[in-house]
Amino acid sequence: MIVNAEDTAWLQSSTIQVIKPIRPRKLAKVPFVELADGRLQGVVSSGSDISRVYVSSITAGDHTYSCSTNNNRPCGALSWGLCKHIQALMSEAVVQYGTERVARYLRIEGDVEGLSVPELIRRLNAQHQSLPSSTVFSRFLHHLSYLEVPATTTPLPEMHWFPSTLAVR
Amino acid sequence: MLGNQLTKLLQDTPPGIEQTLALVTDFDDILIHGFARLTEEHTATLNALAAAVAATPLGERVGEVVAKLSTGSPDSEQLALLAGTRAALLGAVHDALLSHLDTILNRSRAAHDESAASPSPDPEAENLLTGCRSWLHELAITGWRGVDHELVASASQLIGPLLANPKLRRMAVLIDGFAAELSACCPIRTADHIPVRRWADLWTRAMLLSYTGGWSADDSAGLDTVSGRLLILGADVHEHGTAMQVQVHGVLEPTDDSTPRLVRTSVAVAKVDTIIGPAMWDLLQAYPVLMTALAERRSIHITDLPALPSGDLVWNEERAKVGDPADPFTTARIQLASALAPAVPALDRHPVQIAEPVLMEGYKVKRGEDLSVIVDGVSLPIAVDRLPSCGPLTPQLVDASSACIGLLRWDSGQWALQPLAVQSNKSKKTQVAVHNGDWAKGPTDPKVAKAQTRNGDAIAVLRERAGRLLRR
Repeated sequence: MIVNAEDTAWLQSSTIQVIKPIRPRKLAKVPFVELADGRLQGVVSSGSDISRVYVSSITAGDHTYSCSTNNNRPCGALSWGLCKHIQALMSEAVVQYGTERVARYLRIEGDVEGLSVPELIRRLNAQHQSLPSSTVFSRFLHHLSYLEVPATTTPLPEMHWFPSTLAVR
Repeated sequence: MLGNQLTKLLQDTPPGIEQTLALVTDFDDILIHGFARLTEEHTATLNALAAAVAATPLGERVGEVVAKLSTGSPDSEQLALLAGTRAALLGAVHDALLSHLDTILNRSRAAHDESAASPSPDPEAENLLTGCRSWLHELAITGWRGVDHELVASASQLIGPLLANPKLRRMAVLIDGFAAELSACCPIRTADHIPVRRWADLWTRAMLLSYTGGWSADDSAGLDTVSGRLLILGADVHEHGTAMQVQVHGVLEPTDDSTPRLVRTSVAVAKVDTIIGPAMWDLLQAYPVLMTALAERRSIHITDLPALPSGDLVWNEERAKVGDPADPFTTARIQLASALAPAVPALDRHPVQIAEPVLMEGYKVKRGEDLSVIVDGVSLPIAVDRLPSCGPLTPQLVDASSACIGLLRWDSGQWALQPLAVQSNKSKKTQVAVHNGDWAKGPTDPKVAKAQTRNGDAIAVLRERAGRLLRR
């Protein structure tokens, strides 16, 4: 077996970067996007009511999609196909993770390099399948709760395993 | 650091390191497959592990555990003992490397004081730590290859309560960072790569922390305090998706005129993955004294700041005042060679914890696949991937530099230089210095500041959403 430097690092490095860095993006419209639970899922703020959000998702593999308010009311625009919330979710996911990573997670087939977001969406050939909004919404609330955790001046030696690395600015 | 020192560091590797690490590698291999079904090879590894520590206080108990393992899979206490054994092996590697480095640098180090303040027991925390232990037990029994979403997700119910208890913050950031990686790699059965040493390290660390608990700033009452002038050397930045820590390295000139000491002081915040890059400094604006001193390269006058035996000062804004400008390169040139280094606490004896401040000057930078510094013909790799995402240092600036304040690190079997600041004089004008902490009060590069403005204030957006949605 030929062992190259990269293989050695996976075997022997204590600090190898396992999670690929994400790119910064505007959070105003889509405050939360994640590739998790076998879905591209997230939260899109309503354009008309500041206390309402839409929970949108696309499932990996079968590409079924869902969009409803945090109170589980289905998004009205869905009867005409993919609503603007799901389109916004996809655009922001592409900014955050890059086209390739989103396509691979959703198992969109074929070469996706250089595809625009509408082109990527056309590849989905998806159908609507309603999912309860509570799972994703509670993940969003958990996500937000980190901002309420107080800072600490206790040294955290464990963080030496997590060096900050030069990411895309 | 001089050429002849570097030669000694790189060429006279302390004996025994390779053999010890080979044992660790074999042990880590068991964690890939899990403790549920040990092969003959695994049993041989465990016997070798027991033999390696036979003469130590761990020896007898580890021997007993290993003898029992042929009849059934281990319980958490037995696993903890094996984790302790692995940690002891890496502790020995750490000690050999650090004492080698100390000898070469002629650096004196304080003796470890066993009587120093230890964490106070917290019965409320015990339940949570037991919960962590049983998750870690499940992971080890299953092995990395068998870990699925469900097993990873079962850690998520621990995170909230761990974060809510300040004494358990270390465990919280560790488990959260570890679980996020496991989750990102699921399904691990078919993953191309497994970070073998790394995950075994994180697992071991969490196992040990589940017994020792943690230490929190609330406990600082029983600690020694120090006063004096703190001269900053630089900032080391750590981050994962939901945590960021800035650890400031410096030299303390105590008011009692005792020997100047190498010290560190840290501030850490919780965050989310979309708060990245220079925007992270915004989370630290509750520490104006420390941030100003970093951004403006000033000294800090501290009064009665609690000091841990590890050389960590427990930061407190109310006991600190921004002082006069103090160039870190001057501090490094004048103070670094003679300052007293701190002792390393038992739990922190791991090669990843080696972060020794050094000054490198008069070198050339060699460009290859990676960057290296060359001093008197000797080459030391530069840990370019450790340039922090929130600071101004770039590989180009390092490449153009002729002096560097850095931390000596040891990983993947080799030493490397992690730059904290670089100085270049290639432009023939005045020397230009760039430091990791330069943007502590916001980016000073207009291009970076503009990019940040374009994306809007991530923290403000999320806080607004939290305010509206979180307590309904």
